[in-house]
Amino acid sequence: MTTIPAEPDLQAAFDATIDRHDRIEPRDWMPDAYRKTLVRQIAQHAHSEIIGMQPEGNWIGRAPSLRRKAILLAKVQDEAGHGLYLYSACETLGVSRAELTELLLSGRQKYSSIFNYPTLSYADVGTIGWLVDGAAICNQVPLCRTSYGPYGRAMIRICKEESFHQRQGYELLMTMMRGTDEQRAMVQESVNRFWWPVLMMFGPPDAQSPNSAQSMAWGIKRNSNDELRQKFVDMTVPQAEALGVTLPDPGLRWNEERGHYDFGEPDWQEFAAVIRGDGPCNAQRLAHRRAAHEEGAWVREAATAFAAREAALRDSR
Amino acid sequence: MSDEHGSVFDGLLGGDSSQWAFGTDFEDPLAGVDTTTPDGVDPAELAAYCLMLGDDALIMSQRLSEWCSRAPDLEEDIALANMALDLLGQARLLLARAAAADPAVVPALPEGSPVPPEDALAFFRDDRDFRNVRLAEVPNGDFAHVVVRLLLFSTARLALLERLRTSRDHVLAAVAGKGVKEVAYHRDWAGRWFLTLAQGTEESHRRLLAALDALWPLQGELVAAHPLERSLAGAGVGVDPAELRQEVDAVLDQVLTVSGVPRPGRRPWRASAAGPDATACTPRP
Repeated sequence: MTTIPAEPDLQAAFDATIDRHDRIEPRDWMPDAYRKTLVRQIAQHAHSEIIGMQPEGNWIGRAPSLRRKAILLAKVQDEAGHGLYLYSACETLGVSRAELTELLLSGRQKYSSIFNYPTLSYADVGTIGWLVDGAAICNQVPLCRTSYGPYGRAMIRICKEESFHQRQGYELLMTMMRGTDEQRAMVQESVNRFWWPVLMMFGPPDAQSPNSAQSMAWGIKRNSNDELRQKFVDMTVPQAEALGVTLPDPGLRWNEERGHYDFGEPDWQEFAAVIRGDGPCNAQRLAHRRAAHEEGAWVREAATAFAAREAALRDSR
Repeated sequence: MSDEHGSVFDGLLGGDSSQWAFGTDFEDPLAGVDTTTPDGVDPAELAAYCLMLGDDALIMSQRLSEWCSRAPDLEEDIALANMALDLLGQARLLLARAAAADPAVVPALPEGSPVPPEDALAFFRDDRDFRNVRLAEVPNGDFAHVVVRLLLFSTARLALLERLRTSRDHVLAAVAGKGVKEVAYHRDWAGRWFLTLAQGTEESHRRLLAALDALWPLQGELVAAHPLERSLAGAGVGVDPAELRQEVDAVLDQVLTVSGVPRPGRRPWRASAAGPDATACTPRP
């Protein structure tokens, strides 16, 4: 007969695992707040992948060449796959995909604010790959070492695929920059629109990020929002130079003393508005997701009924 | 972030193109392949035949890709995108094969245009020059329609590709060799969903029958022989779709029987004196 250890012992074992930088696994005891934080973060990440299919999916039917169409369709398909890994990781914490979907559709769980911006030209497909996926990688690489095992393992796979997407996006922009004046102008216009929203992807400044400290202590988060934002800017400036585009920030300049680029402050009021639901495409993104979910309900019901019937038949034999 | 995962940024500015999916530039998909037209075959006929097979795949792929982000569940979203990608891959090779066999089929573009032949064919032909069957192009409808359409399409295409593997044209034989594996999965996916919807709920059963009723007439065109197909079949290059009829019927009958769905009362539309081209009678959406 096994005895159930007392909670203080369980907490001590959990703390020791975190201190050793080891992984917490689904069957391990964990504090409720840790579980809750993980569910919130992983679900938000999964929802972002699924909603993130829409801005680029907008261009699949109108991709400018068959090769670009294949690249784009494969990429958007990868995002569905990422959503799937992440929902699965979340399910190991005791929440079902159906519950999480309901939380997304009812607006009780969020997704990345960046996907509430529209894609107005094919250059946006490249910019999303380069800057949005680039920022996502910056956020996600440290998560490969996050303390919760299933999340960390999902992130390793996702980061590898995201880095592919980033290269493809950059390659698309490179091609356009080698093209006509009109194509170069399209790239610059696209970068102008996405630059500030991309910087917001790292979340509010550290001083205003309420959940960060606890997440860092638990090893869920490994770097602060501002650290990651700085890292992203430092990495992106030389890439922008190589591409021949200007980043739309008059305050952007190398700071010899800090060994980093100085850059301007994103418009945090805009960020708050988009998070609140008042971004340019919030309503459209959720309506699209809701319609797909509702139109597919009869198919999911049929699959469930069929599976139950098959199981009953097997049992009766 | 100096661990091994930090290296994902390293290649961005480098010149190594080997790690880029789909390459860093357009590459001739038929590079290094023997594209000489087999002896005794009219290159114009071969090109037209490749366009027939290629356009079916291209248009079907376009319709399937419209499902992206709209499927009933993530697994099906991924599966539909996968099938769209498979068919897009087949289409690209077949359009390139058509252009290599007879450059005259490629729409003329201004001198120096960087547009490769596959794109000139896909993007610059007039709608009337597309040779796809109507089944590939009718609007998507609901999920039951995608299941029925894929079942009808992939059953006929699999039977065709299996025979095309021994084509005297090396490119067609290679496209068929690869395509057989892909389309076998498409047929399997559609067959499984056909059974599921047939025996799932009353609503799914009703929707499936409605889709079958709507799409069944279009199935005949897949197994109706065009004079061009007969001619190329005679030359050992193409397949006469009439040869496929028995096998296609047998497969469909099996799926219908297992699912408990009666064979639709209507007969598939088969063109008669007016010729198969007369089937293109509906306005394009």
